[in-house]
Amino acid sequence: MLQEMRATAGEAPGKGDKPLLMLRDVGKSFSNGVTALRNVDLAIREGDFLSLLGPSGCGKSTALRLIAGLSTPTTGLLDWRGDARGRSDIGFVFQEPTLLPWASVFDNVWLPLRLRGVSREKAAPAIREMIQRVHLTGFEEAMPRELSGGMKMRVSIARGLVTKPRLLLMDEPFAALDEITRFRLNNDLLQLWEQERFTVVFVTHSVFESVFLSNRIVVMAARPGRVFREIAVDAPYPRDDAFRTSPEYAALCREASGVLGEAITLGGGSDDGH
Amino acid sequence: MTAIDREAAALPLDAEEARRVRAARLERVGRWVLPLAIMVLAIWLWDRICVWNEIPQYILPRPGVVAATLYNDAGLLFGSLLVTLRITFLGLALAVLGGVGLAVLFAQSKWVEMSFFPFAVILQVTPIVAVFPLINIYVDNQTAKLLLCAWIVAFFPILSNTTLGLNSVDRNLIDLFKLNGATKWQQLWHLRLPAAMPYFLGGLKIAGGLSLIGAVVAEFVAGSSGQSSGLASRIIEAGYRLNAPRLFAALILISFTGIVIFLVMSLISHLALRRWHESALGQER
Repeated sequence: MLQEMRATAGEAPGKGDKPLLMLRDVGKSFSNGVTALRNVDLAIREGDFLSLLGPSGCGKSTALRLIAGLSTPTTGLLDWRGDARGRSDIGFVFQEPTLLPWASVFDNVWLPLRLRGVSREKAAPAIREMIQRVHLTGFEEAMPRELSGGMKMRVSIARGLVTKPRLLLMDEPFAALDEITRFRLNNDLLQLWEQERFTVVFVTHSVFESVFLSNRIVVMAARPGRVFREIAVDAPYPRDDAFRTSPEYAALCREASGVLGEAITLGGGSDDGH
Repeated sequence: MTAIDREAAALPLDAEEARRVRAARLERVGRWVLPLAIMVLAIWLWDRICVWNEIPQYILPRPGVVAATLYNDAGLLFGSLLVTLRITFLGLALAVLGGVGLAVLFAQSKWVEMSFFPFAVILQVTPIVAVFPLINIYVDNQTAKLLLCAWIVAFFPILSNTTLGLNSVDRNLIDLFKLNGATKWQQLWHLRLPAAMPYFLGGLKIAGGLSLIGAVVAEFVAGSSGQSSGLASRIIEAGYRLNAPRLFAALILISFTGIVIFLVMSLISHLALRRWHESALGQER
């Protein structure tokens, strides 16, 4: 089984193909009769930037919650490999910035460390470094309400990365932002990832975003939610604005759009929400 | 966002904007001047009605007489006010402790909330005046009697608001806390309590006024058996003696106290929330 999955994964410019987490025949159904996921087999390798791409209701957010340990699979299992410590080694970035409105930028980034018992003084260097890396230096004492949508999302990313997690889970983090802000955040996120090569699982419904960011795109279909096909994005990193306008990018987007189109037809449309 | 964009605002104001600025300034002034003017007018009218109709002082005293009484009886009245205030604030403090304590307990488990919340409602909807004779029988200590009364009236808004606040936390934030291995205590301290703050302060504003009402009502009921020395007993006493000026003076003191309590609570609320909560923000956008 492992062999098969590696074969479909394609050659990716990750850290190698050391698996971090294997989803084995994972399914999830809810008490209201909805089967959110069925028979999902997926190998997440260290250093992957993996996008889960699909229409609404294909279970991509459910998959993310399962990986995060926020919910348990009905069938199958999650097989953590290597020295990952499971839940405590995960950073999570939600669709909304989800900041504490009563806390400053600094204290918001401190939160994950604070909950692990790290004092403000001890955490300060890590917090300052993280704030600097998401380009928010000078805004440490600002309150969330004083920030724009893009800046709030930067704080959210800094908070997700401040514990130096092995795995960063992102649930449509830029969906609510305007395109210019979105492009800029895509660039900056890639830069962060290229420096550290943590593993990312990125949920999105944007073909363009997934092609720009990831080395692997897993296209999902709905009803029931399942893995439809995987696309390897071979374009080398670093990717920048030049890549965004290259014919290679356009071709990849066309391919991904095609696969997504097939997945949507298979799932019977996607216009009825979750 | 706000501070950064201001630099660009160097253009002179056009007519429309100028009008808006003028209207805003007028509104600011009017907010204070209008009620004051109406108040002065009403007092003047009150005085004139007394004079025109030759109403005797023991029915309706002129405002000047009331003011004079307030001054002349100051020692007696303010002494009584202190007694009432003591009950009010002790009652409010107990209401805060009891209300927040119970709300935190409720937040720990849905089962506790389901079991006990109805009793809090029953305690709240039963008129305190009807309950007081019972309290009078069972509780000996005069202060304890009045406190219990003020507490019963004031604790409910704090309990119900704080419970609501503790339960209205962003689901994603709860997930984030779980992901980071937060204990129940950490979740309460770092997430639920701060999130409940605006709700709690809303409850506090109501409870402040209610505890004054509770204290006065309790004194009224207890005062009729001649044991209290608060403002309410002064009112009863003045009523028996047809001393209308003192009655009015005491009444004015009570309502002034209520206003001050409300303003203090509003100030506390504003100071606590001004950095982050929508309710405390100016119209800066």
